[in-house]
Amino acid sequence: MSAPILEARHVTKRFGGLMANEDINLTLTAPVGQVVSVIGPNGAGKSTLFKMLAGYLKPSSGQILLHGQTITGMSPHRIARLGLVRTFQETTVFPDLTAMEHVSLAHQLHREAHDLEVIFGLPRARGDEIRLSESAREILELMELGAVADTEARHLPQGLLRLLGMAMGLAARPQVLLLDEPYAGLNPDETTRAVNITRKVAASGVSILLVEHDMKAVMAISDRIHVLYFGKKIAEGTPEEIRLDPAVIEAYLGKEDEELGL
Amino acid sequence: MTILAVLLLLPAVLGDSRYLFSVLMNCMGLSLIALGVWLTFTIGRTNICQAGFALIGGYATAIFLAHYHMNFWLALPLSALVAASAGAVIGSFILKLRGIYFSMLTISLTEAIRLAFLNGGDFTQGSRGITDLPQPFGDSVFGLYYLALALLGFGLLLTWRIHYSRVGRIFRAMRLNEDLAESFGTHVWRYRVIAFSVACGLGGLGGSYFAVFTQSIYPQSFSVEHSIYYMLFCFLGGLEFVSGGIVGAFVLTILFELLSQFQQYQTLIYGGLMIAVILLLPNGLMAMTLRRKEVRA
Ligand SMILES: Nc1ncnc2c1ncn2[C@@H]1O[C@H](COP(=O)(O)OP(=O)(O)OP(=O)(O)O)[C@@H](O)[C@H]1O
Ligand SMILES: [Mg+2]
Repeated sequence: MSAPILEARHVTKRFGGLMANEDINLTLTAPVGQVVSVIGPNGAGKSTLFKMLAGYLKPSSGQILLHGQTITGMSPHRIARLGLVRTFQETTVFPDLTAMEHVSLAHQLHREAHDLEVIFGLPRARGDEIRLSESAREILELMELGAVADTEARHLPQGLLRLLGMAMGLAARPQVLLLDEPYAGLNPDETTRAVNITRKVAASGVSILLVEHDMKAVMAISDRIHVLYFGKKIAEGTPEEIRLDPAVIEAYLGKEDEELGL
Repeated sequence: MTILAVLLLLPAVLGDSRYLFSVLMNCMGLSLIALGVWLTFTIGRTNICQAGFALIGGYATAIFLAHYHMNFWLALPLSALVAASAGAVIGSFILKLRGIYFSMLTISLTEAIRLAFLNGGDFTQGSRGITDLPQPFGDSVFGLYYLALALLGFGLLLTWRIHYSRVGRIFRAMRLNEDLAESFGTHVWRYRVIAFSVACGLGGLGGSYFAVFTQSIYPQSFSVEHSIYYMLFCFLGGLEFVSGGIVGAFVLTILFELLSQFQQYQTLIYGGLMIAVILLLPNGLMAMTLRRKEVRA
């Protein structure tokens, strides 16, 4: 096993009396793009864990390491700079900007020109625009959004907006991408397509951590799965192991079998 | 742009009606100050402390001119810089707040700044203010008129460049969703402070201009009421258009000059007008020109 790129050690989050996350340990390995999923019933604490990893919430205790460096309590933009980016379920996009402009805007970290040069349109800023729009085009191609590059966001269907959100995350050129329910609200065709694209992104060298309720998608895409239940991690393993894990079956008991893809 | 061109040529037509000139100069100065409020709207903050920063700019100029006998052309940019720096420092503390909390705080800030100058001792000369400031152009109205125009042109150009650059898009991204903007690495705090500081700088520039225009500055030259007017200018003109604040400033100021015999009803008229605008034209006056263009196209 290669060195972990992202590591959560004994991470705990309390909201008042509520234990949203209790002593969570989790690792994501580099350099091959690994896809790791976090599953669990509603309110299990998955989003809370993601928010802590990306810096949007401070853990009550525990440690988070990126490349072995502690990032616990750092602000999200600094964590993004260090290579961990999260995407949002509700991708609030600018209705009047094109897909291309969205991804180009999200290249915030990779411009050379200073803000003043940008404001006054000096040569270095114009050079940036050319360079960054090329990079944006590559990302759009990878996400299979090339055909709608010049379409304004308000004309894009939900399925493509979700991919656009992921494309914006990639624009920061992360090594770790956190996706919170990337396939929610997509129809089966859109889901299949998005799953394949996610795989492609991982193969391009980005390690992916995702939260998802669509078990079929989770089983198909994940190298490893972590199961949260009432804030505690009750299981971890390959999709095969998770499918057969008694604790997991117990936790999901009372739900329709198909939810676990059994 | 058209407005600026017209204003450039207008003096030739007007001859030397001092009254008309002073109305237009008033409009231009107020527009400059309102531009800053407009810019703060682009990061999703309703700024009701712009009068405070105009006061800072005005007092800075008055103090530079009266106490230090500084050259006006040095005092003007320096005053804007003072206001911008004050804005950066104050902004870095208060810009965490949003919505109504930010707005309420900025209202009290206007008042706090006014009180600071009122109690500034000999330096600010309390409620007597600083008067008899020298005018840079002597007796000529044209000089001050073109100064106002040049400052407004500069303010508009700066705001325009910011708004339509990558930086302006970042501002807009922050207004729509700060968390999303931060997720791809935007140093949100820094951009908030930049926007606010430029806004305060524009307010300071306007205040500095008014100090020499009226040759005086008092603590009550710019008060909470003015802060609210600047905000209304922007609502009236339209928040989606860089020229929104300018259009609003001209329309309301000129309208009020026309209605000057009803002075005692000023606030009432303003209030009624604002309600009408917000109900009938939620996107401001400038949205009307847009709609007409779309129909034609
Ligand atoms: N800011 C907060 N303050 C108080 N309680 C919170 C806060 N955020 C989350 N919680 C609580 O923590 C628990 C875990 O929430 P979380 O959003 O992490 O669940 P989840 O696993 O993402 O659920 P879902 O599958 O519905 O998205 C829930 O009981 C929730 O009500
Ligand atoms: Mg969730």
